[in-house]
Amino acid sequence: MAQEPQPQAPLAVEMRGIVKRFPGVVANDGIDLAVRQGEIHALLGENGAGKSTLMNILMGLYAPDAGEIRIDGAPVHFSSPRNAVDAGLGMVHQHFMLIGRFTVTENVILGNEGGSISLDRRAAERTVGETAERYGLRVDPKALIENLPVGMQQRVEILRVLYQQSHTLILDEPTALLTPQEVEDLYDILQALRESGHTIIFITHKLREVAAISDRVTVIRRGKTVGTRETKDTTSEELAELMVGRDVRLHVERPPAHPGDAVLQVFDLRLKGRGNRDALDGLSLGVRRGEIVGIAGVEGNGQTELVECIAGLQKPDSGTIMLEGTETTGWNPVALREAGLSYIPEDRHYRGLVLPFSLTENMLLGNSTVAPFSKGGRIDYARTREIAATEMKEFDVRAPGPHTPAGALSGGNQQKFIIARELYREPRVILAVQPTRGLDVGAIEFVHGQLVAERDKGRGVLVVSFDLDEIFDLSDRILIIYQGKIVGDFASGKVTRAECGLLMGGKVAPNEGEPIRV
Amino acid sequence: MFESARSRGLLVTVLTSLAAVAIALLVGAIFILLSQQNPITAYRALLDGAFGDRRAVGETLAASTPYIFGGLAFAVAYRAGLFNIGIEGQMLMGGLAAGLFAAWNFDLPKVVYIPTALLLAAIAGGIWGAIAGALKAVSGAHEVITTIMLNYLAYQVLSYCLLRADGWLPVNPQLQATDPAAQNARLPNILSGTRAHAGLLVGLLVAVLVWYFLFRTSFGYQLRTVGLSKGAAAYAGMSWGATITVAMFISGALGGLGGSSETLGLLGQQYNAPQGYGFASIAVGLVGRNNPFGVVLAALLFGTLRSGSTAMQNQAGTSKELVLVLQGLVILAFAALASSGRAQSWWARRRGARFKDTTDTIGVEPGVAPEL
Repeated sequence: MAQEPQPQAPLAVEMRGIVKRFPGVVANDGIDLAVRQGEIHALLGENGAGKSTLMNILMGLYAPDAGEIRIDGAPVHFSSPRNAVDAGLGMVHQHFMLIGRFTVTENVILGNEGGSISLDRRAAERTVGETAERYGLRVDPKALIENLPVGMQQRVEILRVLYQQSHTLILDEPTALLTPQEVEDLYDILQALRESGHTIIFITHKLREVAAISDRVTVIRRGKTVGTRETKDTTSEELAELMVGRDVRLHVERPPAHPGDAVLQVFDLRLKGRGNRDALDGLSLGVRRGEIVGIAGVEGNGQTELVECIAGLQKPDSGTIMLEGTETTGWNPVALREAGLSYIPEDRHYRGLVLPFSLTENMLLGNSTVAPFSKGGRIDYARTREIAATEMKEFDVRAPGPHTPAGALSGGNQQKFIIARELYREPRVILAVQPTRGLDVGAIEFVHGQLVAERDKGRGVLVVSFDLDEIFDLSDRILIIYQGKIVGDFASGKVTRAECGLLMGGKVAPNEGEPIRV
Repeated sequence: MFESARSRGLLVTVLTSLAAVAIALLVGAIFILLSQQNPITAYRALLDGAFGDRRAVGETLAASTPYIFGGLAFAVAYRAGLFNIGIEGQMLMGGLAAGLFAAWNFDLPKVVYIPTALLLAAIAGGIWGAIAGALKAVSGAHEVITTIMLNYLAYQVLSYCLLRADGWLPVNPQLQATDPAAQNARLPNILSGTRAHAGLLVGLLVAVLVWYFLFRTSFGYQLRTVGLSKGAAAYAGMSWGATITVAMFISGALGGLGGSSETLGLLGQQYNAPQGYGFASIAVGLVGRNNPFGVVLAALLFGTLRSGSTAMQNQAGTSKELVLVLQGLVILAFAALASSGRAQSWWARRRGARFKDTTDTIGVEPGVAPEL
C-alpha cells in the first residue's frame, strides 16, 4: 500500500485474551487483536470463526467472559454501545440499519439530534454535506434512502459513523452486497479515511479484499487468533491456510470440458418486470451436456426472473424453454424435477430449506410424493432418515444427525445439504444460483468441486452468480447478462475480468443479437 | 440418538407444561385470597368436582370432549399457517347438520346412522372452513377477518333454521332447537350414571388420525411446509392456495365433528345457544402446542377446570368468574413459559451443551442475526 503507517504507531484498539461463551459454543476462545492507529486492519476468518462476536464485544453489545480491551492505551469496560461510540468507535453493519423513508441527513443524525426540541435541519444538512465532501463520499444529504442504490446506502452508514466523531471504524463484510465498481469506490473512500488519520477494522472472509485494501491482517480460526501479518509480506495461500488450517486449492481443478448436445435451451424469453421495464428482454441461451455455463451480471438484471422461469416458479410472457429437447415452458416444479432439472436456489433460508424442519423433513422438500420417499401418499420417514444420514455423510454435512433442525446448521452445511438433496435424484440439468454465497473457503471448494464432478458425469450446469471470481473459477463458458439480455458469450479464458466488468455495467453497446467475441 | 433427543425434548415440554399449570394455580391462589376465600378449600373443591367420584369423572370427560375436536381443528389450520378463529361457526354448522339429520328419524341402524351423521357434520363444518380458505387463496382476504364474519353468518343461519324453517325442517321454534335426535343417531353413553359419551372416543381416534395425517402422509407434509415457508413450498412445487383451502376444510371438518359430538352425545339436539367452545379451542390448540396429543392433554386440562368450577362454586363459594380467571392464567403461563425459548435454553444449559461435539456446525451465533 502506498502510504504505510509507522510500525511503531501506537495502538488504537487492543484486545487481549478475549473469551466469550454461549450455551454450547465457545465463540471466542482467547482472541488477541492489536490495531495500530491509522491503519486498515483486516480481520479475516471463516463464517462462524468468531469475527462478529469479537466485534460485538468491542462495540459493547456483549460483555466478554474474560479478557481485556484497551482503546488508545487505556483500559475500558463497555456496558452498552453508547460507551463504545463515546470512546470513538463506530460500526458499519453488514445489513444496513437505515430508515428508507428518511433522508440521508435524517438518517445520519438519528440518535445524535442534539438536546433541543427544534431541529436545525439546514445546519444538519450542511454538516452532513461537508463531511461527505471531505471524504469523497459524494452523497446528496437531501436524498431519500429508499431511492439510493446499495453502495450509496453504505456510504450513508459510513457518514453516520463519521458524524458521531468516531475515529475507529469497524466494517462488517462491507463488500457483501456491492457490485465490483462499488467495491472499488469503497476502497477509495477507505483510503481517504486512512489518509485523514482514521483507523479501520475491515471484517472479511475474502482473501482478495485483504490483499487489495489492508495494511495488516489478523486471522482468526475457531475462536482463536492464529496470526497477524503485514499484508505485503504474506500471500493469499498463506492466509488461506491460516484461515482454514490446511492447504486449500484456491481454484477448482477443472479439466477441459467435453460438451455434448444441448440439454437446456432458452429462446427469446420475455417477461414484464415491475414498472415498464422488461425484466427479460428476449433472452436466449443454451447449456450443453458436460459443460458449466456461468452467467455473470450485476444483481437485478433479470437473473432472478430467468432462473424462476426455468425452474417453474414464474411463467414467461413469451419464449420457449426446452429440457433435453422437450418443451417445458410453464411446467410446474414437480414436473420439471421429474424431467431431470435440479435447482439450487439463491436463498437457502427462504426457498431451499424449511428452517424449523429437521434435516430428514428437509430431505423431503420437492421429493415428498416420489419413491423411495413416499408410497401411496404415505411418507416413509425411516427410509427418508436413512437417506438423509447417508447423504449427510457423503456430502460432509456436519450436524448431530438427521433430526437436527436445518436452522441450527451453519450456512456452509446448509448449502451442502441442499446440494446433496438436489443431486440425489440424478438430475440431467443443474441450475445453481449463487451456490457459494456467504460460504467460507472450505465450503466453496467443496461446492465447486461437486459442480465440476457433476459436469464430468455429463450433466449440464448453469451457474448464476454476482461474484465474478466464482464465474471465472467455475465456468467453461461465460455469458454476461445486462438488462434482461445476454450481451456477451465467451469461452473460458477468452475474456478478462475487466471486459466482463464493462459489459456487466452496460458500458459496451451490444451489437444487436450478435454476441461479442474478444 | 434421534429417539433420545426427541424424548428429552418431550420431557422438557411436559415439565414446562406442569410448571405453567403450577404457576397458574399459585397466581390464581392470590386472586382467591383477594376475594377472601381459602385457596386450599377452593382447589380441593375443584379437584373434588373434577375427579371426586364417578359422576365427576364422567362430567370432566364430557366437558373435555368438545375441546379435543376444537383444539385439533385449530392445530390443523395453525400448522398450515392459518389462524382459524371460526371454529365456533364451524361447530355450529356441524352440530346443525348432524342435529337435523338425526331429528329426521330415519330408519337406520346405529352403525349407519351415527357415522353418516358425523360425516355430514364434518362436511358442513368443512365447507364453512373451506370458504375462508378459498377466499384467502383467491383474493388474499385474511382468514381471521373472514372466519369471524363466518361465525356471525353461522349464528344467523342457525337462528333461521331453528326459528323460521319449521315448515320444512324438523325443528321446534318454541324450544329454539331441532327435534330430539333419533335414538339410533345418539352417541352412546360410555360411563353409566354419567354424561360421558362416545364422542370422547371419536375425539381420541380423530386425534390419532390427525397426527398420522400431519406427520406421516405426503399431504400432511405439504400442509406443514406451506405453513412454515411459502417460499420453500413454491420451490417444491406445492400449490399454496389449494393447500390452505384443503387445510381449512379439514380444520372446519374437525370443528364440525366437535359440534355434532355435542349435539348427538351430550345434548341430544341442537339448540340455538352457542357454547363458546370454538373460542376456547384456540387456547386449547396453543396450550397443546398444536400437537394432536398435546391438544388432547390440554383439552383434559380445560375440561377439568370447567367441570371442577361448578363444585368450586357450590362447595367453596368461589365465584365462577374466578375459574375463568384461572383459565386465563393457565393460557398466560403457557404463553410465557412453555413457548419461550428461555425455559428451553435453561434446560439445555442444565443438561450440558446439547451440540457439544459440533461447535463448528452452529453457524448462527446467539444474539446475532443469522446470515442470509
